[in-house]
Amino acid sequence: MTQFIIRRLIQLIPVLIGVTILVFSLMHLTPGNPAVIMAGESAPEATVKAIEARLGLDKPIHIQYFNFISNAVQLDFGNSIRDNIPVFDHIKARFFTTLELSVWAIIFGVFFGLLIGIISAVRRYSLLDVSLMVVALFGLSMPNFWLGLMLIQYFALELRIFKPTGWGSLEQNVLPIITLGTASAAIIARMTRSSMLDVIDQDYIRTARAKGVKERVVIFRHALKNALIPVVTIVGIQFGGLLAGAVLTESVFAINGLGRLIIDSILQRDFPVVQGAILVISVSFVLVNLIVDISYRMLNKRVDLN
Amino acid sequence: MSNIEESKFEVQVDPVSIAPVNPRLKNFKDFYGRLRKNKAALVGLYVLIILFFISIFGYLDTIFGFTGVNSNATNLAEKLQKPSAEHWFGTDHLGRDIFYRVLHGMYITLGVGFTATFLAAIVGVPLGIISGYYGGIIDTIIMRIMDVLLAFPGILLALAIVSVLGGSTFNVTIAIAIGALPQFARIVRGSTLTTKNLEYIDAIKALGARDGKIIFQHILPNIMSPIIVNTTLFIATAILSAAGLSFLGLGVQPPTPEWGAMLNDGRNYMYQAGHITFFPRYDDRYCCSCI
Repeated sequence: MTQFIIRRLIQLIPVLIGVTILVFSLMHLTPGNPAVIMAGESAPEATVKAIEARLGLDKPIHIQYFNFISNAVQLDFGNSIRDNIPVFDHIKARFFTTLELSVWAIIFGVFFGLLIGIISAVRRYSLLDVSLMVVALFGLSMPNFWLGLMLIQYFALELRIFKPTGWGSLEQNVLPIITLGTASAAIIARMTRSSMLDVIDQDYIRTARAKGVKERVVIFRHALKNALIPVVTIVGIQFGGLLAGAVLTESVFAINGLGRLIIDSILQRDFPVVQGAILVISVSFVLVNLIVDISYRMLNKRVDLN
Repeated sequence: MSNIEESKFEVQVDPVSIAPVNPRLKNFKDFYGRLRKNKAALVGLYVLIILFFISIFGYLDTIFGFTGVNSNATNLAEKLQKPSAEHWFGTDHLGRDIFYRVLHGMYITLGVGFTATFLAAIVGVPLGIISGYYGGIIDTIIMRIMDVLLAFPGILLALAIVSVLGGSTFNVTIAIAIGALPQFARIVRGSTLTTKNLEYIDAIKALGARDGKIIFQHILPNIMSPIIVNTTLFIATAILSAAGLSFLGLGVQPPTPEWGAMLNDGRNYMYQAGHITFFPRYDDRYCCSCI
């Protein structure tokens, strides 16, 4: 197991180097001089030169990359062009909001996904099963910004049960969590159902039933325990995806998270913030995937991940 | 005796049954036969075909003006009107008819989704085949690049690319296609690895066939199933990503009637006129459900 973890960590190194190269290249792939773009077309040359000097754009490209990496390792992504505040301070203030939103969304997704998946599998091919799977299909094909707007329309503007924007109180948090977690719930439900159906037909389940074990115990202790292994992988991948999916949800509900920071920074051509925020999200995603791989291995020792 | 033996082994052959069958037609018949058994898929396909023709009509209407309606023309005197016989889906904050904007925007939304998927397949499939077929250092280089692209979840890579290239229909299409590359390359690589070790590939190699012929005539036709499945699945994702980017103001730019951009335009007026976001968002979801 330790050997597996070490090997996966070593495999991470080229991926992380590639990610940093790509993120670093963002500014340099921009057509034209990035300093001019950031300062504005009509900015005086002195301002452009000052931005070039501040970002180190006047140095050779490999020196710039080396500086970018060495600073990024120390969580120094430079200062924002907009307000001259360190990029890390911007990220720090908003990262935990996005994380909190994603964690609640995945809790929502797991709870309803498992519930719907188990009910569907137990009542397979019934009207209830078909209805739940149709609902799951709609959940899967709904863009989350569509769902968010619909929820705002009915629950915030018409029924006035929840608040349409912001993050912090229960009234504000419910709608964004449902918006972000619905697609995950749908995927988890479909995965749980199919995984449960595979397990339910196994001999040991028939044996358990033949022994007179209660149906509830058969489902939860014997079937679900084994059906959960592939579901765990999906949950992990979903959680990583939610960090990026939060971009749209945060935009719909005007939540000051990392996603909204990226959008605002792109619109204002604030490249250091865009680079820093994208790097933080992608590294978090890579690390979450690593944890998923390891937990999958721990849960299912039959899987050879060599 | 000999006559008896001859008649014993004589087989009555219907000349029609040995007529050469076009393999493509046979594949299509097999595919349609399987599709017919899945009612949901069949309904989805029919609705998708209808939507496809509607989008073609919408596109032609923007060029030739059959309906005589310019969906970008503003008319503030009729702003935020509710659905009526005159304006089936109502009007938006600039008095534009939402029905015609949905109709004229359909080909853009579907077009970006289909084009991005097609581009991703055109580039990703050869990368996957080369990677899987040749292996070694080529495989390592291609797959590590794909791993790097996979490290950006969801629309984050598309956002990063759009931040560099700027928001436009073309750039969004490119951004979504690049984001989909690793998915295609990895699936095709896996299928190629399995197929290239089969006996008939060894046989054709022993006959002295060149790599190009083996790849295009023998491997590619046998790995089409996962490619088609992945392509179909990704079209829905691409449509949603394109609409999402436009919704964020980073994709198709106003006044182009793209559905995501229309939702973004309309959300500020939801309190006054709920219908303004209902139709674009409903149609978007409907298309993706069908796919």
